[in-house]
Amino acid sequence: MPAVSKGDGMRGLAVFISDIRNCKSKEAEIKRINKELANIRSKFKGDKALDGYSKKKYVCKLLFIFLLGHDIDFGHMEAVNLLSSNRYTEKQIGYLFISVLVNSNSELIRLINNAIKNDLASRNPTFMGLALHCIANVGSREMAEAFAGEIPKILVAGDTMDSVKQSAALCLLRLYRTSPDLVPMGDWTSRVVHLLNDQHLGVVTAATSLITTLAQKNPEEFKTSVSLAVSRLSRIVTSASTDLQDYTYYFVPAPWLSVKLLRLLQCYPPPDPAVRGRLTECLETILNKAQEPPKSKKVQHSNAKNAVLFEAISLIIHHDSEPNLLVRACNQLGQFLQHRETNLRYLALESMCTLASSEFSHEAVKTHIETVINALKTERDVSVRQRAVDLLYAMCDRSNAQQIVAEMLNYLETADYSIREEIVLKVAILAEKYAVDYTWYVDTILNLIRIAGDYVSEEVWYRVIQIVINRDDVQGYAAKTVFEALQAPACHENLVKVGGYILGEFGNLIAGDPRSSPLIQFNLLHSKFHLCSVPTRALLLSTYIKFVNLFPEIKTTIQDVLRSDSQLKNADVELQQRAVEYLRLSTIASTDILATVLEEMPPFPERESSILAKLKKKKGPGTVTDLEEIKKERSSDMNGSAEPASVNASAVSTPSPSADLLGLGAAPLTNSAPPPASSGSLLVDVFSDSASAVAPLAPGSDDNFARFVCKNNGVLFENQLLQIGLKSEFRQNLGRMFIFYGNKTSTQFLNFTPTVICSDDLHLLIAFLNYTSCLNLQTKPVDPTVDGGAQVQQVVNIECVSDFMEAPILNIQFRYGGTFQNLSVKLPITLNKFFQPTEMSSQDFFQRWKQLSNPKQEVQNIFKAKHPMDAEITKAKIIGFGSALLEEVDPNPANFVGAGIIHTKTTQIGCLLRLEPNLQAQMYRLTLRTSKEAVSQRLCELLSEQF
Amino acid sequence: MGILTLKFRNFKIIYRRYAGLYFCICVDVTDNNLAYLEAIHNFVEVLNEYFHNVCELDLVFNFYKVYTVVDEMFLAGEIRETSQTKVLKQLLMLQALE
Repeated sequence: MPAVSKGDGMRGLAVFISDIRNCKSKEAEIKRINKELANIRSKFKGDKALDGYSKKKYVCKLLFIFLLGHDIDFGHMEAVNLLSSNRYTEKQIGYLFISVLVNSNSELIRLINNAIKNDLASRNPTFMGLALHCIANVGSREMAEAFAGEIPKILVAGDTMDSVKQSAALCLLRLYRTSPDLVPMGDWTSRVVHLLNDQHLGVVTAATSLITTLAQKNPEEFKTSVSLAVSRLSRIVTSASTDLQDYTYYFVPAPWLSVKLLRLLQCYPPPDPAVRGRLTECLETILNKAQEPPKSKKVQHSNAKNAVLFEAISLIIHHDSEPNLLVRACNQLGQFLQHRETNLRYLALESMCTLASSEFSHEAVKTHIETVINALKTERDVSVRQRAVDLLYAMCDRSNAQQIVAEMLNYLETADYSIREEIVLKVAILAEKYAVDYTWYVDTILNLIRIAGDYVSEEVWYRVIQIVINRDDVQGYAAKTVFEALQAPACHENLVKVGGYILGEFGNLIAGDPRSSPLIQFNLLHSKFHLCSVPTRALLLSTYIKFVNLFPEIKTTIQDVLRSDSQLKNADVELQQRAVEYLRLSTIASTDILATVLEEMPPFPERESSILAKLKKKKGPGTVTDLEEIKKERSSDMNGSAEPASVNASAVSTPSPSADLLGLGAAPLTNSAPPPASSGSLLVDVFSDSASAVAPLAPGSDDNFARFVCKNNGVLFENQLLQIGLKSEFRQNLGRMFIFYGNKTSTQFLNFTPTVICSDDLHLLIAFLNYTSCLNLQTKPVDPTVDGGAQVQQVVNIECVSDFMEAPILNIQFRYGGTFQNLSVKLPITLNKFFQPTEMSSQDFFQRWKQLSNPKQEVQNIFKAKHPMDAEITKAKIIGFGSALLEEVDPNPANFVGAGIIHTKTTQIGCLLRLEPNLQAQMYRLTLRTSKEAVSQRLCELLSEQF
Repeated sequence: MGILTLKFRNFKIIYRRYAGLYFCICVDVTDNNLAYLEAIHNFVEVLNEYFHNVCELDLVFNFYKVYTVVDEMFLAGEIRETSQTKVLKQLLMLQALE
């Protein structure tokens, strides 16, 4: 085969390049370049018309200068002139210059497009190829406007040469990526799909890329590609290694095409049984081949083979439906975990991360825990260790959380600085998520601070404080532990912060022990004070004033500290102000006022863990999030069997002592019309104060109830006597509802007893925390007397144990004047309140949508619009309903789609919804898909009522 | 990949070293590492055949031809042709037009 001689054809160019290479300094190079630019400029401006060869040579020199990093501001016209040359070499240089240096000079674009048009029409395959490559490389909108209609024709024309077809397919792909709106689907699409059958594997390779991209956006149009891709793949993987000749690479038949076909299949759910059988065979063959002895010792052979294998595993994970294949894939990756090739170990760790989220292979992945932990300790490359950390995080569940957290903490002591913060976040999240008892959680976080204090971000130590404040069972332990940790002569400032905050709140819980008496606590904290930064000192000053309230016996000691010059005259304004104000407060305020001002912090509202948010942010959108979400969804499926079987349980079957009084279960509440009882029937028993019966639902309460499905605050009920307002917040499977009872009369209500009755208490745990005012009076019930015009507040803590249908009932009984009042309203605690929105791409959405295609997973309702059909209101309602509103996911912009996860204590259930309005008919079609029929059903009922 | 990939914004760079030359390819993070690693090698083998024992100087002096080789094998960010025989045949046909 003839070799290409150096710079053949253009001697001047070769000389110039040699000169540049011989330059001894940057200055010399610039000088040489300027000389050349001047030369070229004068040639271009000269009177003598240049021949094609010279033009080509100078344009090529300009291109070289540009590639060296210099600006080129002339020569474009000469390059465009080359496009119309009839000589291949001149045309090629012209197109190359345009492709590399195109600018949007409109005059030129017109000329360029004109030249391209001529070449496309030339029927000369070489020229057509050059023109197509230019469009594919530039891909500008102007080019899309000019050629998006033409290229599909070239692609599917019967007489187009194979190499032109390849270029046309990828050219179209480029235009579709940059300007999808300009590439309309049409008759050509079905013919493109049939290119998968083409004899020329190069055409198939190019067409597969095009189809994959188009199918992601238009899955319906291209779904016939699935069976064609499977049969093509099957022919490749079962071929003898010599069958494909040109396309066999180191004994591997068409590896790149195989990878592309496997990727195309990942745009779709598992195919119909017939095709599926064939695909399963293919995948099994690929897995089998991995076990065969290598046909070559060359790394190219194993790389190509493993490229196909990893893609096959990706497809198996994507389908997530064949337990047998998933477990085989996991075992194969397990072998790679110990392979001597670092690349393979890395890839195996990465792939296993996704396997860990499949219900079928989660357990199989867990069996490799020791190997992964070992990788964490012994891998020499930090990126491999990083993947090991990711995998440990992904395989963590309740059964191994303690071991994994311990190993991560161990590793943290020596971990690379670059990944410490991320490990800290992961440990903090796992510790919180899988804490069986919170003392372990507190210990873990304090360990984190001890080992890697510098990497413990604010989110982490804020979170431990939130949790300690919200859980009274751990407060004493936390106080004792931080007190002990603070004894260390050198402790991290973050520990001082946590310690200061916790002792300020709960120091009293350990003050009984003479070893941690108030004075000792104070002296311990104050011994750290001078070594701390300003913000920490400010925090400690607040701790001191809290101590004044908690421990009156050391008030004077603290006042002395506050009064010292270093505080009162501190140069820092914040510290000075705190010292002055706290000192003053401690001097003039009465004990009662101090107790009010400095009372224990109220519980923090439950919300998404700030740490998780931070990890997501750190990892960038779409990486951690997805894994995390998938894992949540999957884990819900995993626990599915352990759930209570009956989701529809009604009061009749529950052992609740109050249930048998009610007979509520007998009349399902969800669709019951307001009971016939007149409002007078609220007066149940004039002669007896004993709460013997619960009133039927107050009229109109269903309407009010429906309004609360998509909102959390407002007035739930009102009559002449009483107004009931609600404020509530929900996070994951927990919620808190504040109920405000307002006495609208001027007369006292006596024996005021509100009760929440849960018809379905297996599934929803409700705990009253009775507050009468913002004063923290712990578990005192609501004051039985409500003065005329007064309002009392009650807090309800809610935990969703598993999915449920019936909303709880709030029953209120009281005496007003001489009459006994008894009324009931439904409390708007509905399943959708436990939604966490999930953002996902269109591709993910439809993939999952298809995964939930079992008829039992889908519930659909077609109904008439009850309200004006306004897109913005609809959007607000879907968001209020709790799911994420996914924009630009549905191909029809008039439709709405949403996604979210219902959190219950036992499981998490991924939910997808799609609302299709039909303005003409004033109808909606609502479709819900979740992994659980009852959940789909309930959500569909709830949401249908909203429009 | 541990030693053969780098993170780059939302992409990754897969690279392979041949003597003093690094060949890099920038792909989506979800793309198949090993397939692109071998695509680099396939490309290098074609260059080697085309330039007869390719060296850095061949690539410098014939930079405009290297673009042609790239366009034959990779187009619009996708793998266009993987058969070395077919690519070389096409390149020689073009060579003959000069």
